[in-house]
Amino acid sequence: MALFRRRKTGRALPGFGLTMGYTMLYLSLIVLIPLAGLLLKSAELSLGQWWEIISTPRVLASYRVSLVTALAAAAANMVFGLLVAWVLVRYRFPGKRIIDGLIDLPFALPTAVAGIALTTLYAPTGWLGSLLAPLGVKVAYTPIGITIALMFVGLPFVVRTVQPVLAELERETEEAAVMLGARRWRIFRKVIMPELIPPLLTGFALAFARGIGEYGSVVFIAGNMPMKTEIAPLLIVTKLEQYQYDQAAVVAVVLLLISFLILFAVNALQRFVGRGIRQIA
Amino acid sequence: MHPTAASHAGAVPVAKPQESVRPRHLTEPAAVKWLLITAAVAFVAILIVLPMITVIFEAFRKGWEAYADALRDPHALAALRLTLLTALIAVPLNTIFGVCAAWAITKFRFRGKNALITLIDLPFSVSPVISGLIFILLFGAQGFLGPWLQEHNIKIVFAMPGIVLATIFVTFPFVARELIPLMESQGVQDEEAAATLGARGFRTFWKVTLPNIKWGLLHGIVLCNARAIGEFGAVSVVSGHIRGETNTLPLHIEILYNEYQFTAAFAVASLLMLLAIVTLIVKAWIEARMHTGK
Repeated sequence: MALFRRRKTGRALPGFGLTMGYTMLYLSLIVLIPLAGLLLKSAELSLGQWWEIISTPRVLASYRVSLVTALAAAAANMVFGLLVAWVLVRYRFPGKRIIDGLIDLPFALPTAVAGIALTTLYAPTGWLGSLLAPLGVKVAYTPIGITIALMFVGLPFVVRTVQPVLAELERETEEAAVMLGARRWRIFRKVIMPELIPPLLTGFALAFARGIGEYGSVVFIAGNMPMKTEIAPLLIVTKLEQYQYDQAAVVAVVLLLISFLILFAVNALQRFVGRGIRQIA
Repeated sequence: MHPTAASHAGAVPVAKPQESVRPRHLTEPAAVKWLLITAAVAFVAILIVLPMITVIFEAFRKGWEAYADALRDPHALAALRLTLLTALIAVPLNTIFGVCAAWAITKFRFRGKNALITLIDLPFSVSPVISGLIFILLFGAQGFLGPWLQEHNIKIVFAMPGIVLATIFVTFPFVARELIPLMESQGVQDEEAAATLGARGFRTFWKVTLPNIKWGLLHGIVLCNARAIGEFGAVSVVSGHIRGETNTLPLHIEILYNEYQFTAAFAVASLLMLLAIVTLIVKAWIEARMHTGK
């Protein structure tokens, strides 16, 4: 097999065999073999058995809860992430550096800590929960609570993909639009936005894919009621605790497929949008 | 770019705003500008700052004594020890791997390079719960290697080795993802010059490559460490939740919380939050260094 074999380039650097060998060995032991084990386990079942597991109302409901909340959170983050990135790149204001640093907190903060803090905050007796309760809005232990937890986890993905693109935008294009008499809002829509759509889509996809698999920040606020607020990752844990290993494996494989599909779909859309913009220009 | 190529903190390029005041005709009216700033700050305050204040407030609700007691608890200390030990094994292993992978990928040309990068990224698109599940299926009592392990009296899942393995899996790409784009952009000229001058492989790496990548490497290690210490889902699946034995700090928080010991749960959580804040400060400091050059 010619794959991974070094091409003759005449380069004099040493260490290819050693580093490549170690890379492949470590990758296989930690990632490839364990993941192959998952596929193997789920392949022990027939298609009929697969369908039987996947089509139970509880499993379908858990996929729906995970998909809908992750989608809502990623969409909300597209809007707010763009707002935050815009403000951080374009304006100067007191406290800007602190806000910029805090955006990464969800990457650094253990998900369990975020989970219990958000639950306490949005519980009916919590600071925000008690403000929302008179309005009839229940957040904790509902899909809204799950969505808020996923917004917390996903925000940095959108901000950190949009920010560098926004910072690199050519000032000249905007200058030209001003010369041609375009108003600010029109410039934003027609000149700036098209450039931001690819990074927004990437950020959306990353936040969405992360949200579908997220566990720690969600389990506390979700309430975990089967059919209503039970997310797919939690259902996998439940099946494991009941020693239904093959069922857990099947639910997991489908969940993995869903997140890969999302990443690929957005990647394809990305290319499509990119081509579209270039054709117009 | 492959869809999973940038799927985490370390891989996302850091924006460095060119601090310059934009001319009036290229910015919004002051009213719009301050409205947007207020909205953005309010959003960040509600979504990110308020939970942080909640952690501190709840942790100290019953005073210093209760706070200190929660941290002095033998189970908490055992959990802290296990968490640190796990990170101490997982982070160096993934660092060595990251450096090896980045060297092989960026200093040589070979077929299948993009496929290899995609495979290295894979753990980022796997749900934490599934990251734990795969090791149960492999090493659990009903797993592929379960019977053999039982015969030889080796415990992997529901014990420390499983926790370490799951942690290694979820933090697997951090250092490699950080180094690959960095070393790719630096090319091979420096190393080739050193080799021409007669430097041997390891010496070339130590004297030429390492000084060039030290801040990127440190950046990757810091993020890898934060995730290793905070991982919840994967570790929760393989841990077995035995108090004082297989409980990490995040799992200890969960147990306390579910037992309605909120003050203790938040006290331990405040410790992890402090660590997260230190991580952010160190990360910002490293990023400042990366952009000023040395």
